[in-house]
Amino acid sequence: MYDVAIIGCGVIGASLAYRLSRCKLRILILERENDVAMGTTKANSAIVHAGYDPEPGTLMAKLNVQGSAMMEQLCTDLSVEYKRIGSLVLGFGEEDKKTLSRIYENGLQNGVPGLQMLTGEQARALEPTLSPDVTDALLAPSAAIIDPWGLCIAEAEVAVRNGAELRLRCEVTGISEQDDCCTITTAGGETFQARYVVGCAGVDAESILRMTAEPQFKTLPSRGAYYLLDKSSGSLVSRVIFQCPSATGKGVLVAPTVHGNLIVGPNAEEVNGSRDKAVTAAALDAVASASKKSVPSVDLRQSIRNFAGVRANTTLSDFYISPSSGRVLHAAGIKSPGLSAAPAIAEYMAEQLEAMGLTLTPRSDFDGTRKVNRFRRCTPEEKAALVRENPLYGRVICRCETITEGEIVDAIHSPIPPCSIDGIKRRAGAGMGRCQGGFCGPRVLEILSRELGVPQADILQDQDGTILITGETKTGGAQA
Amino acid sequence: MTEIICITCPKGCHLQVDENNDYAVTGHSCPRGEAYGKNELKNPVRTLTSTVRLTGARIPRLPVKSSAPLPKGKIFEVMRLLDDVTAAAPVQCGQALLTDVCGTGVDIVATKSFEAAP
Amino acid sequence: MKFDVIVIGGGPAGLAAAHAAWQDGCKSICIIERDKELGGILNQCIHNGFGLHFFKEELTGPEYAGRFIDMLRETGVSVRTDTMVLDVTPEKQVHVVSTANGYEILEARAVILAMGCRERTRGAIGIPGTRPAGVFTAGAAQRYLNIEGYMVGKRVVILGSGDIGLIMARRMTLEGAKVLACVEVMPYSGGLTRNIVQCLHDFDIPLYLSHTITDIQGQDRVERVIVAEVGPDRKPITGTEMTFDCDTVLLSVGLIPENELSRAAGLEMDPRTNGPVVYENMETSIPGVFACGNVVHVHDLVDFVTAESQRAGHAAAAYCTGVSPAAAPLLPLKGGNGVGYTVPQHIRMENAQDGVSVFFRVRAVYRNVKIVVRDEKGTQIAAFPREHLAPGEMESIKLPRVLLDKAVGALTVEIEEGSERA
Repeated sequence: MYDVAIIGCGVIGASLAYRLSRCKLRILILERENDVAMGTTKANSAIVHAGYDPEPGTLMAKLNVQGSAMMEQLCTDLSVEYKRIGSLVLGFGEEDKKTLSRIYENGLQNGVPGLQMLTGEQARALEPTLSPDVTDALLAPSAAIIDPWGLCIAEAEVAVRNGAELRLRCEVTGISEQDDCCTITTAGGETFQARYVVGCAGVDAESILRMTAEPQFKTLPSRGAYYLLDKSSGSLVSRVIFQCPSATGKGVLVAPTVHGNLIVGPNAEEVNGSRDKAVTAAALDAVASASKKSVPSVDLRQSIRNFAGVRANTTLSDFYISPSSGRVLHAAGIKSPGLSAAPAIAEYMAEQLEAMGLTLTPRSDFDGTRKVNRFRRCTPEEKAALVRENPLYGRVICRCETITEGEIVDAIHSPIPPCSIDGIKRRAGAGMGRCQGGFCGPRVLEILSRELGVPQADILQDQDGTILITGETKTGGAQA
Repeated sequence: MTEIICITCPKGCHLQVDENNDYAVTGHSCPRGEAYGKNELKNPVRTLTSTVRLTGARIPRLPVKSSAPLPKGKIFEVMRLLDDVTAAAPVQCGQALLTDVCGTGVDIVATKSFEAAP
Repeated sequence: MKFDVIVIGGGPAGLAAAHAAWQDGCKSICIIERDKELGGILNQCIHNGFGLHFFKEELTGPEYAGRFIDMLRETGVSVRTDTMVLDVTPEKQVHVVSTANGYEILEARAVILAMGCRERTRGAIGIPGTRPAGVFTAGAAQRYLNIEGYMVGKRVVILGSGDIGLIMARRMTLEGAKVLACVEVMPYSGGLTRNIVQCLHDFDIPLYLSHTITDIQGQDRVERVIVAEVGPDRKPITGTEMTFDCDTVLLSVGLIPENELSRAAGLEMDPRTNGPVVYENMETSIPGVFACGNVVHVHDLVDFVTAESQRAGHAAAAYCTGVSPAAAPLLPLKGGNGVGYTVPQHIRMENAQDGVSVFFRVRAVYRNVKIVVRDEKGTQIAAFPREHLAPGEMESIKLPRVLLDKAVGALTVEIEEGSERA
């Protein structure tokens, strides 16, 4: 019997697991994919929003501002890449100026620190590549950029290290409630019992909610496409550059990433479900033209990757964090700014669970920190020391990002061992760069195979089914 | 009449070769092209390059080639023979792994040297 | 540790440069190679067709590399494999790391950059669709197949008709895969005619010119691609779509010189080549730093890489003995009508006593045209008739000293105006 079962290990599930693992609880995390951070967490704008967008008084407003304030310390504790670089929302003319004034007022009410209205000229003084058509801007110094999947993986790892049990490839198909507990059944035919169940299933949260109650909302999955540009474009802007928000979202942004690239996107289009992540030519065109409105010199020929993510939009304007019964709690409709709010959402859900009867007794032996070696971030002296300590840090496997074999082996032997090339990419950063794993892919495959003791042909690109190798050549065998 | 593209230089002349008229070639712009056109229809040959299994070395495949061009029609037959070859390191570049494949008089030779892995 | 010459990269460019410097009497030379062995990309290019110009015989990639490795074995050139260069400073300090020797700062009097190039990826060309497994660059697939012995797919569509893609069409076919099509967005192939014939025609693989992949479909592994014809603007034409059921897409859509070290060192770069700006002897904007091979501009034949790298090696050796050509008078060179770029970009007249060879690529296919060289006043100083020019082939012209002396100001190399495209 578990005290709490968490369904879904994206950034919300992982944040909750991390939060609850501080307490004396038996925690189970059920994830349908072969790794954590496989949904919206791995395909989004990678922004910690300051919190001026949400309507004052909403849960979203409160949790965004709280989450944003918690994020820096959290990322320091967990060795997650994070940079507070601030953001600008651009206005182009009188209409936009009204919108900016409104979100400025929102921001003040929401408690966002340091907001400042700027003229176009002042904005261009901060960001010289902005369009000459920018007339006004809202500066939010507390906005930040983050490694989103890095945060999720780190939180899940620490939870697991502190005793939480993570079951991958475990898709929940039913929840039934008894007097003293819930029984969860999975697609694989397993059953788990837990006193409390929390659904954190992202875009598919509605289907989990439906297992226990009739949802009061409808999910409207919304896909957004992105360009990721080469590092040579990484300093085109030094802050997150937004346009005025509209009904469909926060619009197309141009921002540096913590990995040193430039991210451009997303558009918004309604799709059928969480797996509908195709990038269309129309979406890329829309992103391209919108981004040039903010930063005309953005050079999309520097693109190294296109991808799309699906937002967990619903018919509700706010997050839906609410119990469906005395034992089952749901986090649904966690759209933007869900990542920014994640640590606060976890705190809020912990309070709700406590109100539902769960006892949160802090553990004295909890270690909430995690340390990761990142060779590329080290000084020459630190690099020398790392290689002395472990010669594998002296072999660079990913040449674009300067990721060493030592870091890859560390990732493989981490509390949540990856089974795919992209799993290594999300943990160590190999394959993130301009050659997109063309050079290091075969080597990462070899290292994964060696360290995990499985044949190379069984190593996947990413989720289950993403087979890389279809067979061997020369399968005869007589001696010459 | 068969039309083929000449590959003796980058120009890529389109040659017409008349099988019924002693392989007469038209469309060429040099004597080398004419010779290519005749040969290509009378007796087309190709150098085969591939790999065979390799044991005892740092990598599991040894690159090989045919020591001379093979009749084009024999290429897949020779490929099938290579399926059953396993070379063992050390191997010397030029070392024959198969001789007189399919009665062609052509050998299959290693194109890279490998020391035995420690 | 101090060397006369440090060569970064042990592929064909680095090997030839190091050997040339040694021949000129340089006794302290070190090649730094990140892979476990020398030879670079030639190790996986197991097909033949290398060496016709340089060795006057047809060799496979490993054989071509092997010849140079054997030649270097006879010298005192030191080699560090499994060693990554992290940084090259303008003072010619080379920061390296390896499992064997840890983090080191090596010093050189001259540095030769020979890092080669990398392949353009799906992200660089923005092919719409899902992101399943089964989309590989041709070079990555070549490595799996030829080095590791793995097949990466059974039913293959190749995008781009560059030579690596064509070579892989044949290799995959020989190993039992079905190659359904080779799709090229341009109206002409980017590969050598020889490869079109021997890699596609031999196996009845259709080549679709002026076509592109407009959609990649499949949730986990590639399931199909949509191919459409493109108009003169290279945009897909609605109604021309064809569907190919395949599990693999190989990309052969261009190569990019790998110049992260060069940029970090502060070398002046040429946006047209994506490589460093070089003088007639392959010296870059930092004195004593030379560059050669695909890091400077993408070559079609390795033989020409060798020749260029020998020039760099000889020049580095001369630099070490204190020979440095005067920076003036300087003759700048650039590409004009139909010519994408020139290498070198600058000629130091003092160092061009015997004239200079100029290398470039044209932007379209031409037949029976003249390459003309004009000076700043528009005066034609040389003309070179050519029966055939194509973007897939690197071109060169030799400018004799007497003609260079005639020029007033910068030279432009171009295809004669009014020439007919084929």
